Amino acid sequence: MTSSNLARRHAIAKVFRLFCTVVTWAGVAMLGILLFHVSRDGLRWLDLQFLSEFPSRFPEKAGIKSALWGTVWLISLTAGFSIPIGVAAAIYLEEYAKKGRVSRFIEVNIANLAGVPSIVYGILGLVIFVRFFGFGRSVLAGSLTMSLLILPVIIIASREAIRAVPSSIREAAFALGATRWQVVRAHVLPAGLPGILTGVILALSRAIGETAPLVMIGALTYVAFVPEGPMDAFTALPIQIFNWASRPQKEFHQLAAAGIIVLLIVLLLMNAAAVFIRHHAERKNK
Amino acid sequence: MLKNKLVQKRRQPEKSEAIALGAKLKYHWKEGLIKAGLFLCAFLSVVTTIAIITVLAREAFPFFREVPFLDFVAGTKWTPLLQPRSFGVLPLVCGTLLIVAGAALVALPIGLASAIYLGEYASRRVRSIIKPVLEILAGIPTVVYGYFALTFVTPLLATFFPSTQVFNAASASIVVGIMVLPMVASLCDDALRAVPDSLRQGAYALGATQFEVTTRVVLPASLSGVVASFVLAASRAIGETMAVTLAAGATPKMTLNPLESIQTMTAYIVQVSLGDAPAGTVEYKTIFAVAALLFAITLGMNIVAHKVLRQFQEVYE
Repeated sequence: MTSSNLARRHAIAKVFRLFCTVVTWAGVAMLGILLFHVSRDGLRWLDLQFLSEFPSRFPEKAGIKSALWGTVWLISLTAGFSIPIGVAAAIYLEEYAKKGRVSRFIEVNIANLAGVPSIVYGILGLVIFVRFFGFGRSVLAGSLTMSLLILPVIIIASREAIRAVPSSIREAAFALGATRWQVVRAHVLPAGLPGILTGVILALSRAIGETAPLVMIGALTYVAFVPEGPMDAFTALPIQIFNWASRPQKEFHQLAAAGIIVLLIVLLLMNAAAVFIRHHAERKNK
Repeated sequence: MLKNKLVQKRRQPEKSEAIALGAKLKYHWKEGLIKAGLFLCAFLSVVTTIAIITVLAREAFPFFREVPFLDFVAGTKWTPLLQPRSFGVLPLVCGTLLIVAGAALVALPIGLASAIYLGEYASRRVRSIIKPVLEILAGIPTVVYGYFALTFVTPLLATFFPSTQVFNAASASIVVGIMVLPMVASLCDDALRAVPDSLRQGAYALGATQFEVTTRVVLPASLSGVVASFVLAASRAIGETMAVTLAAGATPKMTLNPLESIQTMTAYIVQVSLGDAPAGTVEYKTIFAVAALLFAITLGMNIVAHKVLRQFQEVYE
């Protein structure tokens, strides 16, 4: 091989490296542009009044009180339904199930459910919870739909956390005569808790931002009250943002941006909590 | 158990022994109950799948009694809400494909290049900055991306291409691309990392440059994983709803011009659910037919991708 060829090959290698670097940092810049654009539009509308007023036809009077409380209700109920069921399913698959056809089938099924578009879950919720069970367009129907949507995420994350618990812990407990459930409850769950919590928080933060299923079950209506029980109608933050963003007036777009800032702050806090828990657990293990 | 019974027969059990036996029985009974409960929770996922299929089929079948299946899948005019009605789904499919193609143009090269950068070039410190940023990008709700497309990308496009319409496929597909980018990057990263280091070192020892190692050794070795990540990303883009509802418009048509307003399958479902189509009408049934098609397409793609990923993992384990 001649030396000019070698120089060419090295030049190509350099160009390729540069390309990969630039493109990757462009992705990072995208986040920066998005955040800058949203805060430039929305920051001036963001004040206490915005948080404490109900939505209104007049942009200067509009706020997100009902949406904020709707999201709090929605996520609390969703967490109540999905965490116990999801963790229980993960425990079954990791600690109890024999590696056979049935557990294999359930596993594949969960992986595929995780890929079902969220709007299909919305249709499921509309037919089953809103109509068939007669829950109407309530917080209950919304949170049950949301629970089905995030269950695969919780199960997959919890399974990973449970799998990461060293088997020596289990074997020691079994050797002392503990039953399977005693081993799970007293040893596997506490040891896997940080991982499970991280997964649960990330799943719930997905539920906070989900819009399509809620639109499907009919949460996009004018709601100027705070829900007082699970059977009340509700609106939620992403729904309110969608409502404002789909209007033509510029003022409402800016209101949407202010709503997005609130939503992103909530999500960022949850992400930070997840990172903190993970970090703390890693330090403890060392 | 049997042994215990024999012991019982032979001599009168003492009281404490009887209690111990009772406790043991209760134990097993409780353990069995717990196991059954846990199994039911895991089985709920199967119930969910069955429920989805049943719900979609129950309304989609009556629809196909009114509208011939062939007219639905091969028709090129979609006007179910206007007279004269026409139920050809191809314009919605075409709109969806336009979005997916645009998103792929953004997400696949950037995602793969990011994965290569993270896996082969970046230092640990750079990695620890970029990974969380990608995670944050992945966690941003789709309605936010829709807002971004509508108020930032579209005006930007309009300055370069004056023919850009207020609602257009291009802006929606760009943000959908940004949305699935972290997924491509992270799955490709996994695939590249699964390639044993010995392969890289062997190629370096033969005098290959970093570019040659990456493109001729690492990429071919991880090709199935990379392709699977592309398929999963495309399936996500097909199912994406809010960004395309907000930014791509509500005019179903057969066009390849990304600057025009189009409608995707998901956006159509949202449009009908926002209006009042009473249950039982044909308009109402169309959303189940469209959703069934959407479900079938995404499910097929996911099954193929997961199968490829699983086989790929087995090769290097």
